[in-house]
Amino acid sequence: MRDKAMIHLTTPISEAEILELHAGDAIQLSGIATTGRDAAHKYMVEKLIEAPRPLPPADQKLHDELQSFLRGGAIYHSGPILRNDDGRWSFVSSGPTTSIRDEVYQDKVIAAFGLRVVIGKGGMGPRTLEACKRYKAVYLHGIGGAGVYNAASVVEVLDVFKKEEFGLPEAFWKIRFDRFTGIVTMDAHGKSLHDDLALEFDRNFATVIKGV
Amino acid sequence: MKSTAEWIDGKGFREAVFELVRLAACELPADVEKALSDARSAEEPGSSAELTLSLFLKNIAMAKEKQAPVCQDTGLPIFFISHPEGVSQRQLIRVCQEAASWATAKPYLRHNAVDAVTGKNSGNNIGLGFPAVYFTEWDDPAIEMALILKGGGSENVSGQYSIPYDPLDAGRDLEGVRRVVLDCACKAEGKGCPPGILGVCIGGDRGGGYMESKHQLLRRLDDIHPDPVLAELEGRILSDANRLGIGPLGLGGKTTLLGVKIGKLHRVPASYFVTISYMCWVCRRRSIRIEPDGNWRITG
Repeated sequence: MRDKAMIHLTTPISEAEILELHAGDAIQLSGIATTGRDAAHKYMVEKLIEAPRPLPPADQKLHDELQSFLRGGAIYHSGPILRNDDGRWSFVSSGPTTSIRDEVYQDKVIAAFGLRVVIGKGGMGPRTLEACKRYKAVYLHGIGGAGVYNAASVVEVLDVFKKEEFGLPEAFWKIRFDRFTGIVTMDAHGKSLHDDLALEFDRNFATVIKGV
Repeated sequence: MKSTAEWIDGKGFREAVFELVRLAACELPADVEKALSDARSAEEPGSSAELTLSLFLKNIAMAKEKQAPVCQDTGLPIFFISHPEGVSQRQLIRVCQEAASWATAKPYLRHNAVDAVTGKNSGNNIGLGFPAVYFTEWDDPAIEMALILKGGGSENVSGQYSIPYDPLDAGRDLEGVRRVVLDCACKAEGKGCPPGILGVCIGGDRGGGYMESKHQLLRRLDDIHPDPVLAELEGRILSDANRLGIGPLGLGGKTTLLGVKIGKLHRVPASYFVTISYMCWVCRRRSIRIEPDGNWRITG
């Protein structure tokens, strides 16, 4: 990302826009997204994607709702802290959470919902990388731990789903981003910065461990 | 001496514990902020590591100004309480629970207590072993409470090794300890939110090792271990870890760890455990001292 200007993206994002991105690019993302972490991903795969049809009415409704704004959109691995002032929710602290826990689900969610951006921290594995390549999506690495900085880019909470069942941190919070900042670390061309870096870390480790 | 109930229900006590939780969640200790600032200066100008550390520092300032939690994962609140003889530990646990519940409503803490079997979130940060409260009896007439908010991501990459540990050819000596601690830091990559701080225990049993490693996380980053052997080992592992190239958030850079703090416990001849608790860069560690008259002050 050295010496490069910040790239701005707004949902819905096209395939062409994704193909212009490369691992290492710094991004500011605006538009509609949903939070979703462990419980949400398990639910999407088991109850919405792989469940026998017809779906129960409540699940069908949420399925259709998610389809309506996730196509070309983003999912954010984050369990926020929120404030409720007279019935209006707002994000107080909401950085990205570790993404690898959703590795077994993410490719299916990208495929079924037409996601263009998966936001989290720590990177993801080969299944997600393959899905990014096949369905034209990127993994955006957020600034982990920077809860207040990240919350400032969540300018509106539009809706919430599964709040009672999953609890506040695990619910689907439908939000509007204004210039959420992150770094593309896995692109749609099959490149993962995490894979490259892991090789470098291992090489360094081998040297350091010898005590030289 | 006052009864615990008189002390806790008297002037200032609850206020002090509530303040401890707020402070821990919203304001990082000065030594941690300084270490992050020094780390930023050490990174290449214009690198992603420098940008990341700048955003960390910006976030710290925003959290303080808005009185909002520095990180959304406020983790497991772990209280370490030192108290004089005769104080009721059950009543102190109740105060810690009240503080957790009060802070959840503010909101200084995220809804974080989840039933391990049903998955139900209690919604108030109270549950079995939640918050965690540990006690030490001392001769001082005051109560000192230290609090760590221990996030899940960093806890997940913590670990325990039983040495000898063949994969690294790590034997039962300090060289073996160095190897497994570095292995833990390397395997964590960006998942524990580096640059992290490692609390390490050499020896003990499996349970005691984890407790002591968490105790080590109470130490200031700029302190120096009184045992010169362990002081040297801490410095060695820190400088070695910062040659791994993992960097802030695992995206590459010079700063992989901010500190390594090592304690020891006696072990049985058959066992040699090395236990590592990984603390993320959002090192939320605070302490207060409450006098018998209810006066209190922040001590860390």
